[in-house]
Amino acid sequence: MPAIEKLSRDRLAQIVAADIAPGSYVNVGLGLPTRVAEYLDPAREIVLHSENGILGLRGLAPGETGDIDLINASKQPVQLIVGSAICDQATSFAMMRGGHLDATILGAFQVSCQGDIANWSTGEPDAVPGIGGAMDLVAGARRVIVVMEHVTRDGRPRLLESCTFPLTGKGVVDTVYTDAAVIDVDRDRGFVVRALVEGVGREQLQDITGAPLSWADEIACLRR
Amino acid sequence: MIDKVVPTLADAVASVGDGASVMVSGFGDSGLPFELLHALAERRVRGLTVISNNAGTGTDGLAALLAAGCVRKVICTYPKSSGSNVFTGLYRAGRIELELVPQGTLVERMRAAGAGLGPFFTPTGYGTPVAQGKEQRIHNGRGYVLEEPLGADFALVKAWQADRWGNLSYRLAGRNFGPVMCMAARHAIVQVDDVVPLGALPPTAIDTPGIFVKTVARKDSRRASH
Repeated sequence: MPAIEKLSRDRLAQIVAADIAPGSYVNVGLGLPTRVAEYLDPAREIVLHSENGILGLRGLAPGETGDIDLINASKQPVQLIVGSAICDQATSFAMMRGGHLDATILGAFQVSCQGDIANWSTGEPDAVPGIGGAMDLVAGARRVIVVMEHVTRDGRPRLLESCTFPLTGKGVVDTVYTDAAVIDVDRDRGFVVRALVEGVGREQLQDITGAPLSWADEIACLRR
Repeated sequence: MIDKVVPTLADAVASVGDGASVMVSGFGDSGLPFELLHALAERRVRGLTVISNNAGTGTDGLAALLAAGCVRKVICTYPKSSGSNVFTGLYRAGRIELELVPQGTLVERMRAAGAGLGPFFTPTGYGTPVAQGKEQRIHNGRGYVLEEPLGADFALVKAWQADRWGNLSYRLAGRNFGPVMCMAARHAIVQVDDVVPLGALPPTAIDTPGIFVKTVARKDSRRASH
């Protein structure tokens, strides 16, 4: 089987960013989702939320210095944007759990065709576990968007019939953006593909996916 | 006359004894009361239960308290961070107990304790390992987990300015867990950059009303100034 030519991480981040509606309030997680934030056009006024109580932040510009009291969820220094607001932790998590965020964009180890997500523990006995705000985000955000590589580093599927790692949330994922496809999770139909990276065939995608795929009426083509 | 300001950081933590439960404000280093933690570590208390978002990085702050052997148990959301070697070493050696709580559940359990509520149902963690052993209920088609209020004997909190009544304002996103921890603990101890005259803080700029605060010390008051 010929190797699939996948999207670069930057192109994937750009595609996700383009799908976020102007004016949305969005929380972005660590890793690939942070890169999505870099591709959001400020003119579209998409307001980023950080769990430590910041609504309206941006990365530091080159040469800008950080402040210990302005950091994001990864503890990286950030800056406020014009119009930003700061609140305490209880209010910040009310924004998440209370359904006030339009979307959360997270990374994951695994996603199941029932919309389960596993992104906090691989169950290794010696690893120090950590949950953070992920369980609250997936429980409360209006849209749960996962951005991840389609398969693991050693080629095993991450999109599965059921997750093998401990869950972060059950039946919560709406859409998965991978470096091979864009897949909605439908409560009745399971994984429904709505976009394929150019050059990737339907059988090829099924071969690297651990659960049956359905197909949307129209399948968009994503250029690399 | 109400005066909650004590001369030194050591005075501020003098009543924290062995086996106490202690909330510690901060998200990473942001809002972390470094100076109070160092004063507490110097007292060599034993068997503390620390409730905080993280479990310390580097060798200062929470890591210093852990390294001094003061802590028996950590209740937190995310103990692993780059530089969290002190905690990781104690955890792998089986010398510290860890209770992991989703962050929103942690803060809401504190809020419930501070606001006089009983247990509450939250959707967070439903169907995951954190729900195991807890009452679960389906309400309007959605799954919920019953969580208990979480109070503490003490809170160590970093704020920016205080007056002698203990009214507080915080700096930027250093506010994070401060207000809710002051509510949830029976004795909130606060370090500040500045003590300002009563009336100097505009009433609408007070993030934590002094009713929730018992003790205030300036962060640079390692020794009494008189």
